[in-house]
Amino acid sequence: MTGLALLIPLALALGLCGLGAFFWAMRGGQFDDMDGAGMRILIEDEE
Amino acid sequence: MTVQQPLSGEAVEHTTLAVPGVRCAACIARIEDGLSGVPGIVNARLNMTSKQLSVDHLATLQLPELVAAVERIGFEAQPLTADASTPASSESRQLLRCTAVAGFAAMNVMLLSVSVWSGAGGATRDVFHLLSGAIAIPTVAYAGRPFFRSAWSALRRGQTNMDVPVSIGVLLVTALSLYESLTGGAHAYFDGAVMLLFFLLTGRALDSVMRDRARDGVTALVRQSAPGAMILRADGRSEWVRAEALTPGDRIIVAAGERLAADGVVEQGDSATDRSLITGESKPCPVIPGDEVLAGTLNLSAPLTVRVTAAGADTGIAEIARLMSEAGQGRSRYVRIADRAARLYAPAVHTLAASSFLLWLVLGAGWHQALLVAAAVLIITCPCALGLAVPAAQIVAAGSLMRAGVLVKDGSALERLAEADRALFDKTGTLTLGRPDLINLEAIGPEQRPVALALAQASRHPLARALARSLQSTDVVAAPLAGVEEEPGFGIRATCNGVPVALGRGDGQDTLSATLSIGDDRTVLHFTDVLRPGCATTLQQLKRLGIEASVVSGDNRNSVAAALAGLGLTAQTGMRPEEKMDAVARLQGAGHKVLMVGDGLNDGPALAAGYVSMAPASASDVGQNAADAVFLGDSLAPVASAVRAARRTMRVVRQNFAIAVGYNIIAVPLAFAGLVTPLVAALAMSGSSIVVVANALRLRSAAQ
Repeated sequence: MTGLALLIPLALALGLCGLGAFFWAMRGGQFDDMDGAGMRILIEDEE
Repeated sequence: MTVQQPLSGEAVEHTTLAVPGVRCAACIARIEDGLSGVPGIVNARLNMTSKQLSVDHLATLQLPELVAAVERIGFEAQPLTADASTPASSESRQLLRCTAVAGFAAMNVMLLSVSVWSGAGGATRDVFHLLSGAIAIPTVAYAGRPFFRSAWSALRRGQTNMDVPVSIGVLLVTALSLYESLTGGAHAYFDGAVMLLFFLLTGRALDSVMRDRARDGVTALVRQSAPGAMILRADGRSEWVRAEALTPGDRIIVAAGERLAADGVVEQGDSATDRSLITGESKPCPVIPGDEVLAGTLNLSAPLTVRVTAAGADTGIAEIARLMSEAGQGRSRYVRIADRAARLYAPAVHTLAASSFLLWLVLGAGWHQALLVAAAVLIITCPCALGLAVPAAQIVAAGSLMRAGVLVKDGSALERLAEADRALFDKTGTLTLGRPDLINLEAIGPEQRPVALALAQASRHPLARALARSLQSTDVVAAPLAGVEEEPGFGIRATCNGVPVALGRGDGQDTLSATLSIGDDRTVLHFTDVLRPGCATTLQQLKRLGIEASVVSGDNRNSVAAALAGLGLTAQTGMRPEEKMDAVARLQGAGHKVLMVGDGLNDGPALAAGYVSMAPASASDVGQNAADAVFLGDSLAPVASAVRAARRTMRVVRQNFAIAVGYNIIAVPLAFAGLVTPLVAALAMSGSSIVVVANALRLRSAAQ
């Protein structure tokens, strides 16, 4: 039972971290250009 | 990303351009790197998904220079108006956020529920139930808002939609489960409530993403008829001004190949204009000083100086806009199939739940147990599969159509397209390509072709462009020219190896011909507006689908008859925009559901009045905005394949409804008998949703 007291809050906290990261990414415009993001990785930097 | 530091104190402006031609990573690099070298550009970033380029630039850099800079890199660019680029995707973002929260909650509550189902008892079960409640209640409050809002607005108008049973079900089940957990009851349905929200939100987010994609696709295509004009100031300077900033009395210069941004009177210049976008008439119309010209007209041969008489909302186009907003009211009365289903479904569900409650009370159960049974009935009948049945099928079909070159703006357009039983076509630009094409290529000898191509490429005149297009398809390489000169009102002159060559206006009054002269050798070239490829087969296919087609054209009888020879269509000619709209209204009054296909400004009201409407990608911005679907490419074939795909989609939607109803027929008696535990509810709900989505996936090849 003591294990549960530790594991359940931990599971919830990790889940919340994931949710927070998703919100952050969406606000930061990470999903605005799904096609372009995949292509930009192919562009070579000249500098 | 390319960044240049602006000098402090200089105003930076933001402009969004549609760049439909971008395809690959190299395009991104070429545009962004290319623009970083242009003086005045602070920052340029290309969005590949919406095919839009957003540029921060100094106010001194004017729009035509910006467009020219992109064109020098090798891409066609169209400035977007402010309202075309507003982020209407905020609804999608809101739905995505709600879906993410509901998904998080559904997973965690399910984790706790599985422990309860696998035998956790006593204090552990109560704690798990309370924990589930602590996760589920804020989730319902946050992620349920789209449903509560929609249900409330329907109820206030005395109507009901799919969201009413969802909202009542979710709220009642959550409240009852809370009571159960607080009093140490055996069953809590938090997982059911949250999972229901998650599934329904997924369907709704998909629906919204589909609409965004189509809207972005259409925005990238929209050719603004005229974003602005070069204005001639009193002191002789000229300056670029946006169309909405023009005022009557301004004098504007309209170069050959440009569209007019306002109504006006010609002050200087002798040219021909193409009014096909406004009137549907394909023949170029000559203008001389003193003639009136309308906004949206294309200036063909020589620069014109025009005194503006009406701009913005006062132009002739504005009358069309008024007709369109009137005509569009009928369509907003269309009720989507999911809501029609809900009108039958919602009362049935609520009657069932209420009668199960009463029955159990009468049979002697306590009010508590009766309420639990009623809640189980509500949650098991909650239209989980029903909520996914329509959007899942429509988004798969719309994706398939998008790959085939048809952008469908929303799900309701697909539903209406499937029901169309009569089609009306515009002629110019719809059945025909709406641009001149060379018809006597064989008249140009093989040795003349390199010279002809070189001359044609030097001009922006539509006939020169058509000539260049025809020659390029025959693997000709342009000859080197010297001393190229464009003479307004005549054409192009140059010398090639010392021989004077020219490409100029045709003989006499025929404005659809040109003369190619090389030395003393003269060749007359004839152009015409040809039919789109696949025209005849498409019309046959429509006939086989039970859709009779006819033509409504603003053009005169002779040119319509000449263009449509052999198609076997009946045509009404010389129609004004309001007459086209009346033609649509008359057919609909006779009980037909009219598919209107058109492109020009003059088709706008008819497109808005039609039961459903389509426009080609080459259409005016007004036409594209009024249409429910836009098809890409030269061929007319997508019109028939879109109707076929829409009908297949509706067949799958009906199958999905049948599956959902069949599931209810099995599940409701179980719930009524009080046999549905939270575990059974969860299994039934996800099972039926998966079956419905899998059925919808069969539409992946709907457009082929």
